[in-house]
Amino acid sequence: MIQIPEINLGGISPALILCLAGLVVMLAGLFVRKGAATLGALISLAGVLAALAVNSPLRALNKPAFSGLVALDAYSWFFNVVILIATGLTILTSIRYLADEGMDLYEYFVLLLFSAAGMMFMVSGNHILVIFVGLETLSISIYVLCGILPGNAKSGEAALKYLLLGAFSSGLFLYGAALLFGAAGSLSLPAVLKYFQAGSWGPMAVIGMGLLLVGFGFKVAAVPFHMWTPDVYEGAPSPITGFMSVGVKAAAFAAFARVFFEALPALQVSWVQILWILAALTMILGNLAALVQNNIKRMLAYSSIAHAGYILVGMVAGKEMGTAGMLYYLLAYTLTNLGAFAVVALVGRKGEANVSIDDYRGLANAHPLLAVVMAIFLFSLAGIPPTAGFVGKFTIFSAAIKTGYIWLVIIGVLTSAASVFYYFRVVMKMYMEVPEAEPAKIQFAPGTVLALTIAVAGVLYIGIFPTNYLNMAVESVKPLF
Amino acid sequence: MENVSFPWLSFLTFVPLAGVVILLFLNRESQGLMRGVTLVCMLADFLGSLFVYGLFDSSTAAMQLMENHVWVREWGISYKMGIDGISLFLVLLTTLLGPIVVLASWKDITHRVKEFLICLLFLQTGMIGVFVALDLFLFYVFWEIMLIPMYLLIGVWGNPARKLYAAIKFVLYTIVGSLLMLVAILALYFIAGQATGVYTFDLLKLYDFPVPLYAQFWMFLAFFLAFAIKVPMFPFHTWLPDAHTEAPTVGSVVLAAVLLKMGTYGFIRFAIPLFPNAAMDAAWWIGLLSVIGILYGAWVAMVQSDVKRLVAFSSVSHLGFVMLGMFAMSVQGLEGSILQMVNHGLSTGALFLIVGMIYERRHTRLIEEFGGLSKVMPVFAVFFMIFTLSSIGLPGLNGFVGEFLILLGAFKVESFRWYAIISATGVIFAAVYMLWMFQRVMFGQVTNPKNLGLKDLCAREVVVLMPILIFVVWIGVYPNTFLGPMEPSVKNFIQQVEKKRAAVLDMEKVKKQSAADSTRVVLNSTAVQYR
Repeated sequence: MIQIPEINLGGISPALILCLAGLVVMLAGLFVRKGAATLGALISLAGVLAALAVNSPLRALNKPAFSGLVALDAYSWFFNVVILIATGLTILTSIRYLADEGMDLYEYFVLLLFSAAGMMFMVSGNHILVIFVGLETLSISIYVLCGILPGNAKSGEAALKYLLLGAFSSGLFLYGAALLFGAAGSLSLPAVLKYFQAGSWGPMAVIGMGLLLVGFGFKVAAVPFHMWTPDVYEGAPSPITGFMSVGVKAAAFAAFARVFFEALPALQVSWVQILWILAALTMILGNLAALVQNNIKRMLAYSSIAHAGYILVGMVAGKEMGTAGMLYYLLAYTLTNLGAFAVVALVGRKGEANVSIDDYRGLANAHPLLAVVMAIFLFSLAGIPPTAGFVGKFTIFSAAIKTGYIWLVIIGVLTSAASVFYYFRVVMKMYMEVPEAEPAKIQFAPGTVLALTIAVAGVLYIGIFPTNYLNMAVESVKPLF
Repeated sequence: MENVSFPWLSFLTFVPLAGVVILLFLNRESQGLMRGVTLVCMLADFLGSLFVYGLFDSSTAAMQLMENHVWVREWGISYKMGIDGISLFLVLLTTLLGPIVVLASWKDITHRVKEFLICLLFLQTGMIGVFVALDLFLFYVFWEIMLIPMYLLIGVWGNPARKLYAAIKFVLYTIVGSLLMLVAILALYFIAGQATGVYTFDLLKLYDFPVPLYAQFWMFLAFFLAFAIKVPMFPFHTWLPDAHTEAPTVGSVVLAAVLLKMGTYGFIRFAIPLFPNAAMDAAWWIGLLSVIGILYGAWVAMVQSDVKRLVAFSSVSHLGFVMLGMFAMSVQGLEGSILQMVNHGLSTGALFLIVGMIYERRHTRLIEEFGGLSKVMPVFAVFFMIFTLSSIGLPGLNGFVGEFLILLGAFKVESFRWYAIISATGVIFAAVYMLWMFQRVMFGQVTNPKNLGLKDLCAREVVVLMPILIFVVWIGVYPNTFLGPMEPSVKNFIQQVEKKRAAVLDMEKVKKQSAADSTRVVLNSTAVQYR
């Protein structure tokens, strides 16, 4: 008799709903001639909200499902929420963007939903292969989204670069998984943990771990695996860049932390050393390179590398506090960066013609509210109170100090002092300089306004009253330890 | 627990913020209304602070009008405020300057008035918050918040030629220091938490915790850097002339009068009482830097051709006195130091206002452009003269009392005796550069025909300067109004610092003793084995 494992779709229903919504959009798009994109966006939004609703029971669970392939726990719950927020805000900002670009593409939203579903599998994967499948699902959708601007050479370049380098890193990841499988005999995280706990691991397993680390390092854009980031972020459509910088990063960090804390604590001494160096390099290089950028998307790309460095500090600090810091930071970063990219998309206008930092000159005169909102996002990125970004940095640095990584923290604070320069440079352009020619008025759309409102309210609210969200993060990392 | 019936300090801190909210809903065309609202908020704040002064019990050294609410329970972060004799006058100084600054900018600032007023109000909230916060986290939040409005004030309304450079320089200098301070705050939090089991950012609880010597050194260094940049002390002062010179008049006033005091206040409230051993060990060196600052600031001020820059460098010199008196750690020195903070705020603030008034009329601040102004503008000349003399430290005006106390306090302390003697020459240099400048600008014949038609001060300008003048004379003639409430707090401060310092030394001795004991035990046991 073949034992049929218990199948309970309830646990993965958020991802399923997103897939379903994607299919509905695909079908509906066939029957609508004009306004397919708007319809797609509305259906997608409904899907995101429904997924949010069915996601909530996960918080109270702590069990594996599908024969231990996925883990249903508060950790998955937290990241699902982050991913859904990211997806929702991206959809809201994309409506206007697509209309600006004159693209009535409902496929855009289909790909977005599928990549979000991939992310969810990645964060709840309890088995390295599930994580890999999630990673590929999300990556392939994103490769296409990067190149979705027709006739735009930069967008095509971004897609190709991302595809080539992404494929390479996936290969490394898979090779690492294979080596680990060869050593441990299984890729399920509990089995790997058991293998290492037995204590007799060989070099093959260690090399496997190293390759996994490289694969994750690529996805989170940690130095020295960051080379693709600036070009891809610059070329991709602005809302997608925003989505990549937070969604992919959050999902990759979630899986990264889950694999390394849950399955490889035995090797912690060695990978923490590697991560220490990566974190330091990432913070230094990301911030220094951002200093000299003149294109705001490139600047935010380097800033996103730098932020990966700060999150890595949380991972180096480890324990509940450091990991909870990562979670809170990712939540804060999601709201902040998506907000910033929504502004970038708005200011960019048709064809992304205005993405130079100089194009922000005089924004405070023309659109005072938009300038204030952008300034708040930039302050949050720079980590200035009372924004979410400050509490995020505060949490991560305090975790690192607690575990004794004081030098890493000193590198962190000095580089974030440097980061103030380039974030404030944009504020300076907005408030203190005048444009050479009066630029075209920015057209606001309800979706973008809603997204900006949510983002800015979130950044301030969780920055001023962080208690509940910090507790939430602390509760959510419990399954890992 | 110790909450008062009406949250006076929160009221003082957040009234300006309420003004910001009102301003947000006003039409940007109605400038007069917006200025009026701002003025009313600032006046309400000032009246509130007078009430606080009335409620203040000057016989005790304890924190008063305390407010304490949990903010982030898990981390021991609280919303805790309180005031004592040390912070009382700094709060009063801040609230006094609030309405003055609004009035002074009435004609000066004409573009982006709304944003300008919002920045002023925001700044006021941040500054008062810094002076009343008794929780390290809360303090840090206010400390950092203040950066943004000040940055905008310099960058948006500053002197177009070099405002961007000055603004970013100001921010970068300040933030490097304050981020390192954040690291030290966190380190202190964990060291104290691990030792006592209570993790808290509550300043009053952390006062009681004896920090091990080695840790004290590093943490004091970080705090020192943050505050020394803000003061600014000698090698860290280079941002100040730029920021002062490029900022609009009111920006310079707030910067000089209040923002710099946050550095010196930080030493008294945080750096010294938290890390007394390290502070006392470093006192001699800090004294040395202060003396260098006093002389250097004075000498550089002497050769300036721009009046505003001259006043800016005189700040470096004056704040050297403040630091000298503080680190002498005698009662007179400290009292003088705190009083001198207020004095410097009044006289330098007034001097910047004066320079602003003349700049408004002539659009230049170069000394050589002027001459003989006293004939054209007699009322202006009187005010200018008095504030110049107050800055020099003429007996009967405020500067004298502060500097005298500081020099006396420093002279009484053995290790600071020579510093006091050398610094006294700084007072002479101050007379040289101030009076020389005054002479070149105000006396003699009117050589430049452009100066012939200058209008004298208008009523608004007199109203702006009058309150400062009153306090300048008041402090000079009867300083006890101000020294009285300070005294218990200052005495208590010195006692506490000495007590904690001794406690840490005892602790280290015990540690050494027990280390020695354990070695002896080990030696004995090996000896036994050997036998």
